[in-house]
Amino acid sequence: MDSNTIIQLSHVNFYYDQSRALTDISMGFMKNKVTALIGPSGCGKSTLLRLLNRMNDLIDGTRVEGEILFEDKNIYAQDVDPVEIRRKIGMVFQKPNPFPKTIYNNIAYGPKLTSTNHNDLDMLVEQSLKQAVLWDEVKDILNKSAMNLSGGQQQRLCIARALAMRPDILLMDEPTSALDPISTAKIEELIEELKKEYTIIIVTHNMQQAARISDETAFFYIGNLVEYNKTEKIFTKPDMKHTEDYITGRFG
Amino acid sequence: MEEKRHTSSHYEKELQEIKNGLIYLGALTEKAIHAAMKSLSERNSDVAHEVIQADDEIDGLDTELEEKCIQILALRQPTAIDLRFITTAIKITGHLERIGDMAANIAEKALLLIEEPQLKPYIDLPRMTDLVAGMIRDSLDSFIRKDLHMAQKVQQTEQVIDDLNEQIFRELLTFMMEDSKSIHRSLMIMQVSKNLERIADHAKGIADMVTYMVTGECVRHQTYPLDEKEPA
Repeated sequence: MDSNTIIQLSHVNFYYDQSRALTDISMGFMKNKVTALIGPSGCGKSTLLRLLNRMNDLIDGTRVEGEILFEDKNIYAQDVDPVEIRRKIGMVFQKPNPFPKTIYNNIAYGPKLTSTNHNDLDMLVEQSLKQAVLWDEVKDILNKSAMNLSGGQQQRLCIARALAMRPDILLMDEPTSALDPISTAKIEELIEELKKEYTIIIVTHNMQQAARISDETAFFYIGNLVEYNKTEKIFTKPDMKHTEDYITGRFG
Repeated sequence: MEEKRHTSSHYEKELQEIKNGLIYLGALTEKAIHAAMKSLSERNSDVAHEVIQADDEIDGLDTELEEKCIQILALRQPTAIDLRFITTAIKITGHLERIGDMAANIAEKALLLIEEPQLKPYIDLPRMTDLVAGMIRDSLDSFIRKDLHMAQKVQQTEQVIDDLNEQIFRELLTFMMEDSKSIHRSLMIMQVSKNLERIADHAKGIADMVTYMVTGECVRHQTYPLDEKEPA
């Protein structure tokens, strides 16, 4: 694994009971880059994303083969604590899912649970909200319920909540599919900023979004990694005919 | 390999319209070049005027095609082969529009040359005309068929045209040195030859864009030395 790679998959297979959802995936994700995972529904891209922070552990009957190296250790090794992995590899979901708590407590909840030092909580909340470019909009209503925020604000709150855990990697599963174009633009702008400090892996059905925000793009089809390359290459001259047919909207 | 069809049949139709428009525009320019040369060699001013007038239709079609391409860029946000196709189409229509201008230039020179006694029989100019018209046809065929071999043939033929232009230039220089009365006509004929040479450049420009469209590689500004044998 070279120094630019933060997480490396080697010959990963994934099964839901008897059915194989991912086939022999080997790929590395680059540090401080945005990588987009694209492909038709059911191609395995969200499954792969959830594998990276062991979210699939929560589904009965699933099985992983192969190796996912993060910080020189297989994250599926027996002695690895999945909770610790999820702290370092945060996740933002398709629909904003704030806790039914105040804005402040949405951010402070995780750090309070995992750390005994609560002195700097105010600063951590402020920093995280600033990083998610939400601070100016909510600084005067921190004790109001997060449920009153707009969808776009709620999604940025969820990003701030993930950032408060100081992760290395941020996984995003279609983070803007439920948002209007302005909120989407704000999140995309935010992703551009966040990659300076974090590694971002994003699943998106929006091809233009993948083209706009990602540095690298991986195209999946029926559980296989078809092509993985620089985004400008994928969207101007992909190597594989299959990739080209998919991104240009031709019949599969 | 045959291209699969788009999920959106409207999009498919829009791309096909651009292809058809370019073929039609190409045919118009080819016709204009032949007619311009005919007006010169047959000393027919009516034909020359027709060529000059026909340039308006070429200009109008160029504008229309470019607008269609821009609309597709804005509304369909094409990627990969579609993106390369559209950017290539925009460039091709520009090249064809300039070819139309040059055919009109030749017709204008023909009108002036018709006013004076013919300096010499035209042999190389009609040959050059046939070659450049063939280059335009082949460059557009290579675009439609995504045929790199045909594009390469066009790229190489440009050198033949350059050589012919050079030869005509030298020949006319001797005319001018021998007889100062021939200077005006010689300069006019040189400009006709130069216009044909520029048309060949544009046809090569189209072939270069076809190479880009098919391979994703930019080959403009490259020169193509002739093979041992001249392209058929």
